[in-house]
Amino acid sequence: MPALDELEQAYAVARKDKTFRAEIAHLNSTFIGRPTSLYYAKRLTEEVGGAKIYLKREDLAHTGAHKINNALGQCLLAGRMGKKRVIAETGAGQHGVATATGAALLGLQCEVYMGSIDVRRQALNVVRMRMLGANVIEVPLGSRTLKDAINEALRDWTTNIRTTHYVLGTVFGPHPFPMIVRDFQSVIGNEARTQILAAEGRLPDCLVACVGGGSNAMGLFNAFLDDAIEMVGVEAGGEGITTGKHAARFAASGSVGILQGCKTYVMQDENGNVLETHSVSAGLDYASVGPQHAFLHDTGRVNYTWATDSETLEAFGLLARTEGIIPALESAHAVAEAVKRARTLSKDKIILLNLSGRGDKDVQQVAQIQGMPL
Amino acid sequence: MSRAPQNRIDEAFARLKRDRKKAFIAYIMAGDTSLERTKEQVLLLERCGVDIVELGVPFSDPVADGPTIQRASERALASGTAMRHVLPFVKELRIVSQIPIVLMTYYNIIFKYGEQQFVLDALEAGVDGVILPDLPPDEASAFISYAKTGMQGKKLATIFLVAPTSTGERVKKIVSASSGFVYYVSMTGITGTALNVDESFARHVQSVRGRSRKPVAVGFGVSSAQDARMMREVADGVIVGSALVRTFHERPDVAESFIRELREAI
Repeated sequence: MPALDELEQAYAVARKDKTFRAEIAHLNSTFIGRPTSLYYAKRLTEEVGGAKIYLKREDLAHTGAHKINNALGQCLLAGRMGKKRVIAETGAGQHGVATATGAALLGLQCEVYMGSIDVRRQALNVVRMRMLGANVIEVPLGSRTLKDAINEALRDWTTNIRTTHYVLGTVFGPHPFPMIVRDFQSVIGNEARTQILAAEGRLPDCLVACVGGGSNAMGLFNAFLDDAIEMVGVEAGGEGITTGKHAARFAASGSVGILQGCKTYVMQDENGNVLETHSVSAGLDYASVGPQHAFLHDTGRVNYTWATDSETLEAFGLLARTEGIIPALESAHAVAEAVKRARTLSKDKIILLNLSGRGDKDVQQVAQIQGMPL
Repeated sequence: MSRAPQNRIDEAFARLKRDRKKAFIAYIMAGDTSLERTKEQVLLLERCGVDIVELGVPFSDPVADGPTIQRASERALASGTAMRHVLPFVKELRIVSQIPIVLMTYYNIIFKYGEQQFVLDALEAGVDGVILPDLPPDEASAFISYAKTGMQGKKLATIFLVAPTSTGERVKKIVSASSGFVYYVSMTGITGTALNVDESFARHVQSVRGRSRKPVAVGFGVSSAQDARMMREVADGVIVGSALVRTFHERPDVAESFIRELREAI
């Protein structure tokens, strides 16, 4: 708690500080490569034969996903608080890579916790983190995925709280983390709004983003919450909701609970123990979801749905073949839903989807699933 | 039929104060391999002179616990143990033992059970207090009010944790929210980590004790009689968890002598 108070105070000062804001803006343009483009996916649109599909290209951000927006911001914050060491959890490895990058850039010591299942299925990102000078700590506990990596990061943080800042990677955990992460990610929606207005002269009809913890979706949605636009968050449908092997927290078996410092929807049993989840994508394989999404779900502002592993793999291939873009498996969930929706809409409608990351990290896994020789 | 004491924790600390002794609080995990075994362990602890038993109720994500208790929690979950088994277990235990029992678990277990229902069922079963390391007093007003209201004059003690990093303002809030005793966490970290007490430690514990008449017990990292001896000098009670859980699991044959050695030290 004292650490959360310290973080909240440091952030309250930083967000109003012109120097801090200028530093973020400068790194956004010179280091991350912002603004990322808004790209009209013409061939995908034609292939689907319905609404126009635009991609917000967060896959083009440095390190290959939106995660850098938040990681860099928090590493700067850590420096301001005088913390020389940062820790992070990672599922798909993108947040770990982003934090390792921020730490390298700012000269901080970095350790990243990762579930042992994820270490195997996202091996490329493990190597990247190590090359960036970070120490990757495998977590062989519990479900050996993102949830358990967060538990270990929390244990580390409570032990080393005086010297360490915990760079939480998504809109989760205790306040002020969901707020800070949303703020650092809101650059996505702010840019997308300006860009779609420039391209089309109007706002889109529908926004689509995948939701694990939910940071890329919050980053996109935040700029449009007051507009009459449909918003869709796509969870991991895994092997199908009825099989129980999924991570769709707003679907069956998700209910309100308290996990890792926040009250939100959790996949849990009748005793309050957290259930195992499954998804082809490590980044969405998580039993809980950010509290802001729980709110947007309960108020009905955002619709939450899911894409199964097989729908996701199909969308992954479709985007690669029609647009020359290999998406992250997480983002491919959003592609699957956008395609589904575009089909039912007329050609004058516009869907804007957040392509939150690129799929290099997933190439090996998808090749294995599809029996391609490596 | 003898009347059950109104509050076994307060009585225990009052007795200890009269006798100029310190409290030995022993933590074990309910259902670690089986509840039958837990019962044997509680009775052994009582026989060896333990003053209060802290009974862990397993949770899938015990973020405040180190590897020893995490594994005990996994064993307890694997044996099918949940709150709805632990409360009847305590009720049955009350037939043979009046040792004060404090449940230690995580907030989601209580939240899912239903906070008010939990307080009523726990008191009915003969539970004396609760420790929820992931529930800060700031978020606990509803739970505290249920616990204070209690049932038929009986109240459930709510024990909150003070950390070495807790500032004066927070210590005040935590002490005021606590009943039964205040749990002083000996270090920044998780249960079962090696003890590393800096010189400001004793001073900080003293300042917490000075804030109220509530007893202050020190836990986290007390793994030997030597550690316990050090802690008893500064606090009203000493909590031993991971070392005991490990001994019960790995060397049950030496458990009794270990407990007696700790009792001697405290």
